[in-house]
Amino acid sequence: MEDLAKIFYLAATALFIFGVKDLAKVRTSRRGNGLAALGMLVAVVTTLVAPEGGIQLDWKWVAGGLILGSLLGALLARTIAMTGMPEMVALFNGFGGAASLLVALSVFAGEYLGGDASVPAALTQGLGVDGLGEGAALTWTVAVMLSVLIGAVTLTGSLVAMGKLSGKIPGRPLLLPARHLLTFALLGAAAWFAAQAGWSATHQEAQCALYTLAALAGILGIMVVLPIGGADMPVVVSLLNSYSGLAASMAGFVIGNSLLITAGALVGAAGLILTQLMCRAMNRSLLHVLVGGFGDGDGGGDTSGYENVKSAGPEEAAMVLEAAEKVIFIPGYGMAVAQAQHVVKQLAQELESRNVEIRYAIHPVAGRMPGHMNVLLAEADVPYEQLFEMERINGDFRDTDVAMVIGANDVVNPAAIEDSSSPIAGMPILHAFEARTVLMVKRSLSPGYAGIKNPLFERENCLMCFGDGKEFLAEVLAELKKN
Amino acid sequence: MLLLLLTIFLLAIFVGFELITKVPPTLHTPLMSGANAISGITVVGALACARIGFGPEAQWLGVAALVLATINVVGGFLVTDRMLKMFVGKKRKR
Repeated sequence: MEDLAKIFYLAATALFIFGVKDLAKVRTSRRGNGLAALGMLVAVVTTLVAPEGGIQLDWKWVAGGLILGSLLGALLARTIAMTGMPEMVALFNGFGGAASLLVALSVFAGEYLGGDASVPAALTQGLGVDGLGEGAALTWTVAVMLSVLIGAVTLTGSLVAMGKLSGKIPGRPLLLPARHLLTFALLGAAAWFAAQAGWSATHQEAQCALYTLAALAGILGIMVVLPIGGADMPVVVSLLNSYSGLAASMAGFVIGNSLLITAGALVGAAGLILTQLMCRAMNRSLLHVLVGGFGDGDGGGDTSGYENVKSAGPEEAAMVLEAAEKVIFIPGYGMAVAQAQHVVKQLAQELESRNVEIRYAIHPVAGRMPGHMNVLLAEADVPYEQLFEMERINGDFRDTDVAMVIGANDVVNPAAIEDSSSPIAGMPILHAFEARTVLMVKRSLSPGYAGIKNPLFERENCLMCFGDGKEFLAEVLAELKKN
Repeated sequence: MLLLLLTIFLLAIFVGFELITKVPPTLHTPLMSGANAISGITVVGALACARIGFGPEAQWLGVAALVLATINVVGGFLVTDRMLKMFVGKKRKR
């Protein structure tokens, strides 16, 4: 039975590997997600039928926990609006980290407080504290501490990221004085309490030290994410996702379970690669993101004092669009907030019926997550073939009549190319400024997530269309239909 | 046993590094979300913690871990599928 369970665990691992591989390709991504989910089902059922180490499951708790978790998870996943997707991923990620943290705490409590009642799996696997040799006990203790540390950092870090993504916590970087020093002091204190927990004389002391470690790690997670600007949150969530994989892997060492170790390590490593890919898309180094403070106002941070800004009402915008032959829409987070994607689609259809060529330019980090805009536009039934990634469309702005920017700002900020002192210098942008006319649909002249001035607004060829994205576009559409 | 576990840990890390090399930006978020659901594998560890005769404190912590991990797994896979259905399903129709 034990061996059979091991084989099923292996099958689950294989399903995870193929799942992640398929998820990375557009054609197979849905199947990939299905394969990974199947792997998870295999893993859970195997554990229920034949738990490792011959332990006896407490069925009423197991069933209750699984049912409650499934219901809550399904409810959250079904009811969340497409615009809230990034926050939801951050929240789920935080839960994963918390679960690894709790597993380590639970096993630690069991080892010390109820250790004689039954033999924990970790012990029979040769990883128990009281069991075999110094080396194994040391590794086990380190694994518990790392589970607690990484799990708690993932939990609070994800919650802060979620707050920033949803706007409940200000997106701009929050900088504490001497924060790097404070971070290192916290790390040091965490290490000290970890040692206390591992080598305390009494169970009570060890338990106290471990909870203190969890609390310190929680504060650390908050401290590390707070100074990072909202525009970098996708990268942070991806990195925290990698952490939650590592935490699961460490929890695997704690209970001596090979499936947790492999699956967690897979996610940890693949998550790190994904984080790097995302950084590259923004032309920022991971270290830069983590040090934080991006867009805190020094260098080009002056958001006031726009001169010669021209604005246009719906009638004027409609006239500009009517005369155009080629139009490129550039959606941003503002479109998501205003829920304007359906109006955008209607406007595009109206223009297409007048033989205007319509395309959409998608910046890799437009919105709060890569792919955020694709999801929203797909929801509005925008044909996939009209969506263009930045590299493929950037050369075409030169002979485009109108670039219509809807609720985007930083991703079209020419300062990234022209002003080397700008905080976003070097970030790849959409060359909207090269279009004959730029229509900026925006609530006000306020800065974007990076918190910096956008010189595009002052350009000769730029018209500011102030207003709520949805309302403004609806008025433009009405104007167009009049003629 | 310990050495064996460390070995598979390292091997899994290497597999993870090699697994994805180029991902279209469209898939960054779904991939992150799917991988996140996989990291909910802690659910297996949480199940082991909800065992009999392990002390009430350990059991409460274990059940809390079980609920959170299950939310992560079920919610994670469903959200990923919802996202993917949006733009992958559309393409097939055409």
